[in-house]
Amino acid sequence: MSKPHISAIVNGDPVEFLADPGMTLLDALRDELSLTGSKEGCGSGDCGACSVIVDGRLVCSCLMLAAEAEGRRVDTIEGLAQGGRLHPLQQKFLEHAALQCGFCTPGLLMAAKALLDANPDPTETEARYWLAGNLCRCTGYDKVIRAVMDAAAELRQVKV
Amino acid sequence: MAQLDYLAPLKVEDAVKALAATGSYALAGGTDLLVQLRSGRIRPDTIVDLKRIAGTIGIREEAGGFVIGAATPGAMIGEHEALSRAWPGLVEAVSLIGSTQVQGRASLAGNLCNASPAADSVPAMIAARAVCVVVGPAGRREVPVEAIGTAPGRTSLAPGEFVLEIRLPPRPARSSDAYLRLIPRTEMDIAVVGAGVNLTLDAAGVVIEAQVALGAVAPTALLVPDAGAALVGSKLDEASLAALDTAARAACHPISDKRGTAEYRTKIAGVLARRAAFIAYERAGARA
Repeated sequence: MSKPHISAIVNGDPVEFLADPGMTLLDALRDELSLTGSKEGCGSGDCGACSVIVDGRLVCSCLMLAAEAEGRRVDTIEGLAQGGRLHPLQQKFLEHAALQCGFCTPGLLMAAKALLDANPDPTETEARYWLAGNLCRCTGYDKVIRAVMDAAAELRQVKV
Repeated sequence: MAQLDYLAPLKVEDAVKALAATGSYALAGGTDLLVQLRSGRIRPDTIVDLKRIAGTIGIREEAGGFVIGAATPGAMIGEHEALSRAWPGLVEAVSLIGSTQVQGRASLAGNLCNASPAADSVPAMIAARAVCVVVGPAGRREVPVEAIGTAPGRTSLAPGEFVLEIRLPPRPARSSDAYLRLIPRTEMDIAVVGAGVNLTLDAAGVVIEAQVALGAVAPTALLVPDAGAALVGSKLDEASLAALDTAARAACHPISDKRGTAEYRTKIAGVLARRAAFIAYERAGARA
């Protein structure tokens, strides 16, 4: 019944923390590591507000135990901006006014990042299906999709 | 929760030992288990994470068939090109489960052992004649997928037993499969009805082998041998499709709930079986 001692890589940095065996990765990120960008909306894997990337895969951090993160690479919203510069997705969310209350935004940004990592040139339909697990209750989805498609276009240009 | 213990054994024997204790639950992707844990529906003493055991994550080709590790996430299954070519119906069934986030974790064995009658991958696996390699205190045994679920939320697995991997048989030429489900929207919902059809054709395009399985129309997913038999010897003419439709409807004994009435589910089971048969037939013909 001892508290597992967890070592993981979070946003590129090695971290160590103690987690109760039933603690979720989301609670560990927020309460042990003070990374409060990831949100808890539903706690049941329906809303996507807690989305993070674990070993390159988008997951709900509310549906993963912290103990499962042992030795894994976890990327959260706090690692998206690099050196004080917003990621193009963040910049485009601002430009397109793709957020209002902002509660779903960290999850949407991480989900959109996972999409563009896997598919730099998605169709609008692909983007909409990919983001179907991220619920927004105030902005709606159209501005989000416009921001994602615009960021995708910009990222493709940067690569050329 | 104060009592909860988390174990991530590396060896099958250690997992079997841990799972034999009362109050132990197996963890694969956790997309059902964590929801039940957090809602208080289950109060485990021990959670046994199976993902550190070699072979529980990954897909390999063996003896002409595929072996899928029990905890392999749906996203990995969807990305596997050879598997998607050989078993497009199974892969599309898996890919329908939940969101991108859920696909990052949810597994075939978890979908099976959670034992929801509406689990999308299960009719597709049954139609594929998939077999589970089950390990436990008495050793290793092979169990057809349809023999795992016994009732909603219940399985035939004994204490200490878990599914280690799922095996798909070798694929003859001109074979393919399809899975369709009805939901009232296009994404993120639970099947009102699901239908999986798996066909093998001869060189003339006549069905020589057919398996049909249905989901969400009974307490467990069903293999419907009469529905498969209705297609054998045909090129999917209207008479054989009508016989398929009748056999599929005859196998249904669904409940009525907010997703649909028993009458509606029964009618739709026949419709989806017909449509899935068409898709499987076209795909099989293209795999000469």
